[in-house]
Amino acid sequence: MSKRKAKDSHLTAGECLSQAQRLLRERFCHQQLPIRPVGVESQHKHLLELLKRTAVHGESNSVLIVGPRGAGKTMLLNCVLKELMEVDEVEKNILLVQLNGLLQTDDRIALKEITRQLNLENVVGDKVFGSFAENLAFLLEALKKGDRSSSRPVLFTLDEFDLFAHHKNQTLLYNLLDISQSAQTPVAVVGLTCRLDVLELLEKRVKSRFSHRQIHLLSAMNFPGFLRSVEQQLRLPPDFPDSRFSEDWNAGTKALCEDKSVEAVLRKHFNSSKDFRSLHMLLMLALSRVTVYNPAIRPTDLLEASRICTSDAKANVLHGLSVLELCLIIAMKHLNDIYEGEPFNFQMVHNEFKKFLQRKSHSIHNFEKPVVVKAFEHLQELELIKPMDGTTARSQKEYQLVKLMLDHTQIMEALQKYPQCPTDVKQWAASAFG
Amino acid sequence: MSALLHHPGYDDDRLRLLMEKLPCRETQVSTLLALMGEPEQYCYPSIFIYGQRATGKSHVTQTLLRELQLPHAVVSCVECVSVGILFEQVLLTFFGSSSSNSLPRYPSLSDFIRLYRQFCGQVPATQTRYIVLDRAELLRDMDANLLPGFLRLQELVEDNLTVILLSQIVWDKFRPNTGCFEPLLLHFPNYNKAELQEILAQDTHPSYSSELYSSYINILLGVFYSVCRDVRELRHLAALNFPKFCEPLETGEAKEKDAHKLWRNIEPHLKKAMQTVYLREVSSVQWEEQQTDERETADRRGLSAHEHVELPYYSKYLLIAAYLASYNPARTDRRFFLKHHGKIKKTNFLKKHEKTSNHLLGPKPFPLDRLLAIFYSVVDSRVAPTASVFSQISSLVTLQLLSQTSHDDQLDAPKYKCAVSLDFIQAIARTVGFDILRYLYDFL
Ligand SMILES: Nc1ncnc2c1ncn2[C@@H]1O[C@H](COP(=O)(O)OP(=O)(O)OP(=O)(O)O)[C@@H](O)[C@H]1O
Ligand SMILES: [Mg+2]
Repeated sequence: MSKRKAKDSHLTAGECLSQAQRLLRERFCHQQLPIRPVGVESQHKHLLELLKRTAVHGESNSVLIVGPRGAGKTMLLNCVLKELMEVDEVEKNILLVQLNGLLQTDDRIALKEITRQLNLENVVGDKVFGSFAENLAFLLEALKKGDRSSSRPVLFTLDEFDLFAHHKNQTLLYNLLDISQSAQTPVAVVGLTCRLDVLELLEKRVKSRFSHRQIHLLSAMNFPGFLRSVEQQLRLPPDFPDSRFSEDWNAGTKALCEDKSVEAVLRKHFNSSKDFRSLHMLLMLALSRVTVYNPAIRPTDLLEASRICTSDAKANVLHGLSVLELCLIIAMKHLNDIYEGEPFNFQMVHNEFKKFLQRKSHSIHNFEKPVVVKAFEHLQELELIKPMDGTTARSQKEYQLVKLMLDHTQIMEALQKYPQCPTDVKQWAASAFG
Repeated sequence: MSALLHHPGYDDDRLRLLMEKLPCRETQVSTLLALMGEPEQYCYPSIFIYGQRATGKSHVTQTLLRELQLPHAVVSCVECVSVGILFEQVLLTFFGSSSSNSLPRYPSLSDFIRLYRQFCGQVPATQTRYIVLDRAELLRDMDANLLPGFLRLQELVEDNLTVILLSQIVWDKFRPNTGCFEPLLLHFPNYNKAELQEILAQDTHPSYSSELYSSYINILLGVFYSVCRDVRELRHLAALNFPKFCEPLETGEAKEKDAHKLWRNIEPHLKKAMQTVYLREVSSVQWEEQQTDERETADRRGLSAHEHVELPYYSKYLLIAAYLASYNPARTDRRFFLKHHGKIKKTNFLKKHEKTSNHLLGPKPFPLDRLLAIFYSVVDSRVAPTASVFSQISSLVTLQLLSQTSHDDQLDAPKYKCAVSLDFIQAIARTVGFDILRYLYDFL
């Protein structure tokens, strides 16, 4: 296999794989824009036309793109921007200001960033402004100066739009939406958010200035469509340097998606999430297992990838506990049963554990109390138990009220798989009352 | 050669060396290597590695990145008292001091991203850059935008960059309410007994055979494995107690092959170590000293720091009274402290809420007059002037043996709680010859 040379190129198998890895990783790990976004054609058209109206005809506008995490909001916007910039007159004319609620956490920072992105830092110098509105007006006015008398359109994009609603008085939102309504400067405001209830976050005066245009990205994909897009995502493009290799790869991909066990895995995935981002994670994990010794994605690779994606983190942590720590968890489970989920303290857990030692245990011997305390503290460090709010740190730690952050089934399942769990411990866990 | 050791883009010898340095973590190393791909290929934007203490999270990631000479910045969130330090370290590692010096005094994430993009424009990544954030759970306590920002740092800076977060805590406890960029989750399981044996047996002692050391480790694990699986802690215990294990060999009492004799010598010693060194009740130095003059080891509890508190005579009684007031129901005071109380059957005053012992629920607050009443009835000799009693109470509060609880609804009368354990109060009572158990309504 390793010596095989493709006819139409001089790439070795290793080089081909390396190329394929590079390409696909850009797709899965680097939000590389698809040539054509699939499944969102109408949204794409809508947004493009809206922004063209601002960029070409100087109309102001505002719009929200709403959709769950990883649904492709950023991707959609970037695709549209890319296409928009391909129009010659737009590219020369339009000004782009891209803000993100994660970064511009208050309006002062936001204003600084707007100034910077408009290249107006020198114009502003150390002028002092009376209000935010005044400052923003100055910036927009400054854009007019220069050779043309008409203003250049400005496109504001606000990723994580909902976070801007937490800024004091929503000043930035108010002012941006306000100028998007008064026709002095052509301005488009595009907000991106994953909160469906985003309008409820807006103050009345802000809300009334918003156009109420929303573009929703809620995937209506069915399973066959999902399968097709999995295959699409794994395909190598026609311009791949080694056509022989890419044909083989693509054929392999097709076969993979027809495999029954793969279909089952993908259906499970589809039922829990159909966004592209989580699909990319799954495919990336499978892709990472491809090597010269294993030059295509096999069904087992996808199965393993899915196992990693869906593995139960809490169970993983529980399996790593010491037997003593596990016993404490069981004692707490019993306390939860007895007191119907009321919080408890270390002393009660210890008492429950001691009852077990006296009555039922043959495999576990007694531990000094401080050793048990240490085990208890470790559980707290792992946040498997959490102190209740309101109990002061001043009270002795044995009596501090805590809550178990695991439920009955999680404990019982973890116990089933706990490596070399002593039988008496298992029986104790299964018994009805302590 | 095995497929495990071959990853395109990396030197095979280097990989082999790497694997030798990371025993028992082969699966994790190769999963990571596979995810990373060739140095210039993209890796997933954020990876979250979780696993308990000392499962090799930091060790594996750092050794990997260092040995393979990949561009990386490691920041421990413990050291980041302010986010500025975090930003500074990352910029400094990747772009040198000119970049980190450009940070303003109190930098925001926005400043960091701006500078990163600016300098990265000058030196774009030729290989994936890695940022490792150790003890990542602490990010949750910093600015709310920090964690979601770092998770999608690649998107924000548009560089070939991967952020690796390391934590003991599961990812579910990190996710903000409105969601975020979900990292790829990798679990580092605890080492099992055989693996611990293999890892610990690597630190052999120069003057003894590796078989001997290995058998010693086996005994050590037999004692400690059920309570502790932390390599670091076990390694420390192993080193500390090895001289004791070798004692019979030094004196000629036993030979290396007298496994049973050696076991008999060390096992009780290790069990004792569990109570003290393991709990950090005595320092390692103290423990070593104690090992050398074993003979005068009295009660190991005598070492516990608490027992060394020297209190004035009346303070001891005050503390005892406070303990009784905290743990006995107030209605039983008559029974214990009046010489001629009527016959009250125990069950009569077992009200429902008192069924659970205070030794389970913790001490109850009590008013000053109740404390004094009990105090005057238990202290046998002449009673000190009240003024001095008050000052002693306040010094007990200062010593944190008593704690003062002030309730908003009770403006004038302060209440107190006793803040010491039963063991402690028994020791105190013994020094004044007071049999406290006789006066306790219950004890577990
Ligand atoms: N229709 C699509 N066709 C191809 N790829 C897509 C499509 N939709 C989304 N993707 C891909 O899915 C990934 C996630 O998309 P994106 O980052 O735009 O999500 P988002 O909605 O902005 O999420 P968040 O709310 O977290 O910001 C990207 O890599 C994107 O390229
Ligand atoms: Mg986005």
